[in-house]
Amino acid sequence: MTEKQSVRLEKIDEYRWLIPREGGMRTEGMVYADERMMGAIKQDQSLQQVRNVACLPGIVGYSLAMPDIHWGYGFPIGGVAAFDEAEGVVSPGGVGYDINCGVRLMGSGLERTEIQGKIKGIVDTLLVNIPSGVGSHRKDLRLDKGQQRKVLQKGAQWAVDQGYGRWEDLEHIEEKGRISNADPDLVSPRALERGRAQLGTLGSGNHFVEVGYVAEVYDEGAARGLGLAKDQVTVIVHTGSRGLGHQVCDDSIRVMLQAAQHYGIELPDKQLCCAPLGSKEGQEYLAAMACAANFAFANRQIITHWVRETFEQVLHMGPSTHRLDLIYDVCHNIAKMETHAVEGKERRLCVHRKGATRAFPPHHPDVPAVYQEIGQPVLIPGDMGRCSYVLVGTQGAYEETFGSTCHGAGRVMSRHQAKKSARGRRVTQELEAKGIYVRAASMGTIAEEIPEAYKDVSDVVDVVHGAGIGKKVVQLKPMGVIKG
Amino acid sequence: MGYELLDHTADLMIRVWSADVKGLFQEAARALFAIITDLEKVTVHLSREVAVQGSGREELLVAWLSELLYLYEVKGLLFCDFALTEINEKNVKGVAMGEAFDEGRHPIKTGIKAVTYHQLEIKEQDGRWQAQVIFDI
Repeated sequence: MTEKQSVRLEKIDEYRWLIPREGGMRTEGMVYADERMMGAIKQDQSLQQVRNVACLPGIVGYSLAMPDIHWGYGFPIGGVAAFDEAEGVVSPGGVGYDINCGVRLMGSGLERTEIQGKIKGIVDTLLVNIPSGVGSHRKDLRLDKGQQRKVLQKGAQWAVDQGYGRWEDLEHIEEKGRISNADPDLVSPRALERGRAQLGTLGSGNHFVEVGYVAEVYDEGAARGLGLAKDQVTVIVHTGSRGLGHQVCDDSIRVMLQAAQHYGIELPDKQLCCAPLGSKEGQEYLAAMACAANFAFANRQIITHWVRETFEQVLHMGPSTHRLDLIYDVCHNIAKMETHAVEGKERRLCVHRKGATRAFPPHHPDVPAVYQEIGQPVLIPGDMGRCSYVLVGTQGAYEETFGSTCHGAGRVMSRHQAKKSARGRRVTQELEAKGIYVRAASMGTIAEEIPEAYKDVSDVVDVVHGAGIGKKVVQLKPMGVIKG
Repeated sequence: MGYELLDHTADLMIRVWSADVKGLFQEAARALFAIITDLEKVTVHLSREVAVQGSGREELLVAWLSELLYLYEVKGLLFCDFALTEINEKNVKGVAMGEAFDEGRHPIKTGIKAVTYHQLEIKEQDGRWQAQVIFDI
């Protein structure tokens, strides 16, 4: 293992830490965390990774890290960095393998007490209806090559076109569920092959579907605007672009390793390999990444449809009664061309968010019409035993972090440590005693995903709320969870 | 010759060592499949020839492991034994031996998304070769 290097930090205020410019850094780093979290963050190599990102050409503003920062590969997880359209780069390592991994939230017309006695039936049926774990898929969803191309071009729009969900869902998805510059010809045959049987699958690891309820309301007005009220039943879906996205990233890294050499870009870590935004390699990556992002949007849309069907089967009620309406869908592994004001001047930037969520303020044109007055909904899932949060984007985030905030709890234990800590325990029974019914395709997943393997998401959210780069609206608590 | 799993917060790191580079590639492949399944339950019923290109040993190691991961994920094959027939700075050729995944017999322990280049390292020290690789899981 590479030796941990100590990274110099200057505490700015209760929530902000500056990493001064040293060595090959082209800008400073800025980390959002409180004192206690910083103690834990220093234990791994993520701060070094913030510094590494600051070394990349054309970076604008700080190399940023959200409070859920942890050691990733290349960029830290929880990292945000913006690059100038003309002088900057795009890096597949700044997006990650699971391109457009993201979260969506549905509200409902149901109260917690109405489904409490039926939660086992709902969870067990979700596990039947939604393929989870390695290698499973539904026999009734088979894509031929032509259809797969359409998925990559049209994303969630394709899914709705095929009868998965409703047209109004699209208004409530980041980018309306479709990134427009997608070019399927730039996706390798191997990536297509890996993706073909994986559309409409949850995958393994930290991906999940969670049925929960609104436990706390912090901002009545915003909650009302989102259509959320105390004790209302909610559903969260967390998954991404599956093998297709992993392969697009893998293919692109190989190209970018050559490209970085070709363009004379010095890399502090191979995983940060990149190409100028204006180069053929850079543009082709963005067009292939868009395909994977669209695949992920379609994936979450299809799963949403099966969640609705599950409620209909188990509760014997129709859509007008369960009203599982989509509140919003966010990407948390993505790079996007956006316009931001930098020192009073508008600039086109490629904003990389790796384990970070877009958090646009009220009145931003990319915020859906219905949320114009409250800001973009931001969905922050926690571990399966504690809670999750709904926030809204703020002007503070727009000015300080290119409209970005945290994405989740962030791991504190390796999967290996988590398994060790779970050994001999009955984790599912422990959770059931707390009123949370959990089922997984593989028992190993439950051990790896024990609640204490994660930071307390409440601490993470308190930092972004305190720093003004996100505003707490409601807290959600789990009742039933399916894992991959 | 052998391998160990090392702690890494979000992902999984392996360290592999061997007397020569061929052995290093073979052991790294075994480590990959030991993470995915229980190797004792995999027996040799078939073999696949694997050939990958790259530039330098480190990139070749990622390419070799990624190819095996692909054969598992898309073709449903689990391997327990590997024999390298050729390795130079640009090419690796070898044979992977194992059987088709059988849900009833093969427990799947961990899904691996990708083989990363992060902190990838192959070095020779005191006459023995050592590699470290991080898997994204």
